[in-house]
Amino acid sequence: MKPFAYAHPGDVAEAVRDVAAEPNAVFLAGGTNLVDHLRLGVARPDLVVDVRTLTSREITDLDDGGLRLGAASTNSEVAADRRVRERYPVLAQALLAGATGQLRNMATTGGNPLQRTRCPYFQDVTTPCNKRQPGTGCSAVGGYTRYHAILGTPGALPDPTAPETCIATHPSDMAVALTALDAQVHTLGPAGVRTVPFVDLHRLPGDDPSKDTVLEHGELITAIDLPPLPAGARSAYRKVRDRASYAFALVSVAAVVHDGDVRIALGGVAHKPWRATRAEEILRGGPLTDHAVRAAMDAELAVAQPQPGVEGGNGFKIPLAARTVAATVRTLTEEQS
Amino acid sequence: MTDLLEPRAIGQGLVRRDGELKVRGTATYAVETPVENPAYCHPVQATVARGRVTAMDTAAATALDGVLAVLTPFDAERLASTEDAEYAVLQSDEVAFRGQLIGVVIAETSEVARQAADSVRVTYDEQEHDAELAVDHPGLYKPEKVNAGHETDTAEGDVAAAMATPQRDGGVTLERTYSTAMYHNNPLEPHATTALWDADAQFLTLWDSTQGVHPDRAAVCEVFGLEQEQVRVVCPYVGGGFGSKGTPHANVMLAVMAARALPGRPVKLALTRQQMFFLAGYRTPTIQQMQLAADRRGRLQAIAIDVVEQTSRIKEFAEQTGVPARMMYASPNRRSTHRLAALDVPVPSWMRAPGECPGMFGPEVAMDELAEELGLDPVELRVRNEPEVDPETGKPWSSRNLVRCLREGAERFGWAERPRGRREGDWLVGYGVASSVYPTMRQATSTANLRYADGRYVAEIGAADLGTGAWTILPQITADALGVDVGDVDVRIGDTQYPTASVAGGSSGTNTWGSALVVAARAFRDKFGGSPDDGDEISGDVDQAAKDDAHAPYAFGAQFVEARVNADTGEIRVPRLLGVFGVGRVINPRTARSQLIGGMTMGLSMALHENSVWDPRIGQVANHDLAEYHITVNADVGEIEAVWLDEHDPYVNAMGSKGIGEIGITGTAAAVVNAVHAATGVRVRDLPVTLDKVLPGLP
Ligand SMILES: Cc1cc2nc3c(=O)[nH]c(=O)nc-3n(C[C@H](O)[C@H](O)[C@H](O)COP(=O)(O)OP(=O)(O)OC[C@H]3O[C@@H](n4cnc5c(N)ncnc54)[C@H](O)[C@@H]3O)c2cc1C
Ligand code: SF4
Repeated sequence: MKPFAYAHPGDVAEAVRDVAAEPNAVFLAGGTNLVDHLRLGVARPDLVVDVRTLTSREITDLDDGGLRLGAASTNSEVAADRRVRERYPVLAQALLAGATGQLRNMATTGGNPLQRTRCPYFQDVTTPCNKRQPGTGCSAVGGYTRYHAILGTPGALPDPTAPETCIATHPSDMAVALTALDAQVHTLGPAGVRTVPFVDLHRLPGDDPSKDTVLEHGELITAIDLPPLPAGARSAYRKVRDRASYAFALVSVAAVVHDGDVRIALGGVAHKPWRATRAEEILRGGPLTDHAVRAAMDAELAVAQPQPGVEGGNGFKIPLAARTVAATVRTLTEEQS
Repeated sequence: MTDLLEPRAIGQGLVRRDGELKVRGTATYAVETPVENPAYCHPVQATVARGRVTAMDTAAATALDGVLAVLTPFDAERLASTEDAEYAVLQSDEVAFRGQLIGVVIAETSEVARQAADSVRVTYDEQEHDAELAVDHPGLYKPEKVNAGHETDTAEGDVAAAMATPQRDGGVTLERTYSTAMYHNNPLEPHATTALWDADAQFLTLWDSTQGVHPDRAAVCEVFGLEQEQVRVVCPYVGGGFGSKGTPHANVMLAVMAARALPGRPVKLALTRQQMFFLAGYRTPTIQQMQLAADRRGRLQAIAIDVVEQTSRIKEFAEQTGVPARMMYASPNRRSTHRLAALDVPVPSWMRAPGECPGMFGPEVAMDELAEELGLDPVELRVRNEPEVDPETGKPWSSRNLVRCLREGAERFGWAERPRGRREGDWLVGYGVASSVYPTMRQATSTANLRYADGRYVAEIGAADLGTGAWTILPQITADALGVDVGDVDVRIGDTQYPTASVAGGSSGTNTWGSALVVAARAFRDKFGGSPDDGDEISGDVDQAAKDDAHAPYAFGAQFVEARVNADTGEIRVPRLLGVFGVGRVINPRTARSQLIGGMTMGLSMALHENSVWDPRIGQVANHDLAEYHITVNADVGEIEAVWLDEHDPYVNAMGSKGIGEIGITGTAAAVVNAVHAATGVRVRDLPVTLDKVLPGLP
């Protein structure tokens, strides 16, 4: 815990200027993740810029039949919105599968996808962590890896001392649904406005695990657009976790099914929400039988790397992911027929 | 034999006297005690698991505005007694486990205290640590005794011979290893203290969250070399303890030390949730090697449990895990052993039903496995092994209704129609059963004072209410002992200004304090008759209550579980949980039910969720907060029911009560594991039962 200055500027432009001008500044929205990190010393900003009331809180219809979620709309509001529930059940379900009612009342559309990993070593400032403190190493490798990645890692048991090693997962449920929905992210940064496809918002650790996303310092999410789904498309979110509520995903699946086509995004398996493009390609046009889906997922997961560790590591996620995708797609196709 | 009280108030489901205050949020807990101009403490903790602190740079901390003092091992007051190494805070530079207290900052606000504590730079001479329990740990040793004064090892007959013989005539032997995880008590209210040292009067006042103000005071007096008259401990309400506030932990000593460094100024110290995973006690992980031999008809020929568990290098706590297997079932050949590894780990301590809770896991799963091997109904197998007298002592039972609990539970639960691997949609369904047990205890010391004042009977006793109901049921007992309306009785608790009371632990509170109150009430009636005068007063002591040593007093129960396992994902749900108990006479059905289903819920939590994931490389619990350390939530609990038999036990005490705080947690986890096995065919022997463990066995 370290003192910081708090600013509540008049508009988004000023907020972006404030943060851009101070290398050690952050935006604050609902605060459900950031405030924890301030307490724990995981985040040690000099300046906190409150944007909660600056971006739109509206959920508006777009001309193309899609929806725009203002960055300040809360997770509760989005989940309860009739249009979201009818047209994008996968998103409403993902939101309702996350956190608790109280947290969802505070958490925002802008903040949720930018919440940081729950890796316990990241959250404990006494243990080395490349994401929190670049170059210190990764404590998770060979440790408690139940909630860690199986995809997009440099391999099983990567070098824990290497500065690029990170096997963390992204914890957001909402982000998995947005990945399957091909959402678009609108931002305002020091360099102006831009639109980032949601699938490209989060990154793999690459050579810098401290960066979760492609956003620049001072770049503010102003809204997220949901493109329209084709008529007759069905979608669902299935979250598998260690208790019935109030737990992060071991594996989660967002699926959209339309006319034999399927979109699959996975949570709990990688540093970013994982779009299963390989499986999608294999399944395109074909029948979505249990067998076919499992086989396609086996192909998708062929590159998966189980992480060993205390309590048996996380290898179980490989069969679990394939099974959960098959079960989710099954409910969607059964619904259809 | 005791004359049981004529129940008038006893047996009524009166609402909790402290209920409204708690619901309104106006009951004050230790750290909220309104005091003038408090200062705030934040501890500094070691970040190595073993070594020496070579230097602590506190310059940045002391330079901060609002910092009043920084105490370190190099300058802290020397304690009168360092015999209990857990309490010897800041007395040496040696680090015995990661997270150990090595300093404290006292400041004007809690924020500044925390910031300053974070800025203390510590250098260590780090040594290699040994923090991993293993069944073959080279340092395993035999403790002198295990917790609650039990023998470490017991043996009767020849288990090895029995294990070698019975197969001949269709009998069965079984050797299995089971394990329970490390658990942290995690009461909602953290361990917290407000402390005030009056240097002129040489008097210490502690508002501490504790399960016993008197034991708390005794420990503080010992450590600081104070007389009892110099210390007052106050604790009207406790936001849960589950054993972790049964003995004080190091944080209390640190708070006292901070108060003495700042005479005249009240200081507050509340542990954070994360700190509780290092400092507030926990249940040791256990490894239980079981051997069972039974004849063809299921009668046990041998039962053996060899337990391996851990303690800390600086202080021994030997969980009595093997103890319940000594007396549950009849068997001519029996053995139990306990071996400990003393590791560089935080100090383990009491957690709800120490001994019985982990110790009813391995044996009760083993009984299920045995029933399966024999092709017997697991209820029937238990019935066939019902001992006539306590196998351990040869004494008759004060009352033992295990068989009735099993039969009644089976009837209510629909056990006869139990599904075996039945599939309902996407779910595999199975039922499981296990027995519960808890000894009926009464502590040796407790005194109650009873006075007639302004038309009311006012009793005082330094008892504790952990949210359990003591505020409410002690008046019920007193009223019946006096033969007056419960509305005319007040019982004041939670203060060392009241007469000495024992700890709220071992499910002994009601038995002990209630007995003292009954002695006082009867003496009061004898002395002052039916129409006392204002100011009439008398005290009663538990050691004047009738005592029976000729019987073995235990509470028993049976728990039934329906488990559903998702055929795709292995997710486990428990839609139904039933416990049937023989716990003597129930003083207040409302608070009793809440204790029993609370215990069962905690047992469910142990079965499916709780697990302090130990990272032996660094010597700490990896998931040390409540987002990652999972405790069963509402959505995990379906129908949950606790019922009790009408049980009359004239040997235990004047109330006929056996204690109900802990029995509910015993056996539950075994029943869940047994139900999951019935649903999936997968036998999980290492808790918790999580989906990854059943996944390989799914269709
Ligand atoms: C106990 C607990 C359990 C939880 N369980 C779940 C769960 O099961 N599933 C799940 O998905 N989530 C869960 N969460 C996380 C929760 O969903 C997130 O904390 C929340 O969505 C974050 O939103 P916020 O508005 O509060 O963000 P904040 O905490 O305010 O900010 C989070 C991050 O986003 C940045 N930020 C915020 N808004 C913007 C913006 N407009 N533009 C750019 N940057 C911005 C902040 O600087 C910060 O870095 C849980 C949280 C807790 C505490
Ligand atoms: S997995 Fe990533 S977040 Fe976790 S300790 Fe390693 S570097 Fe840090």
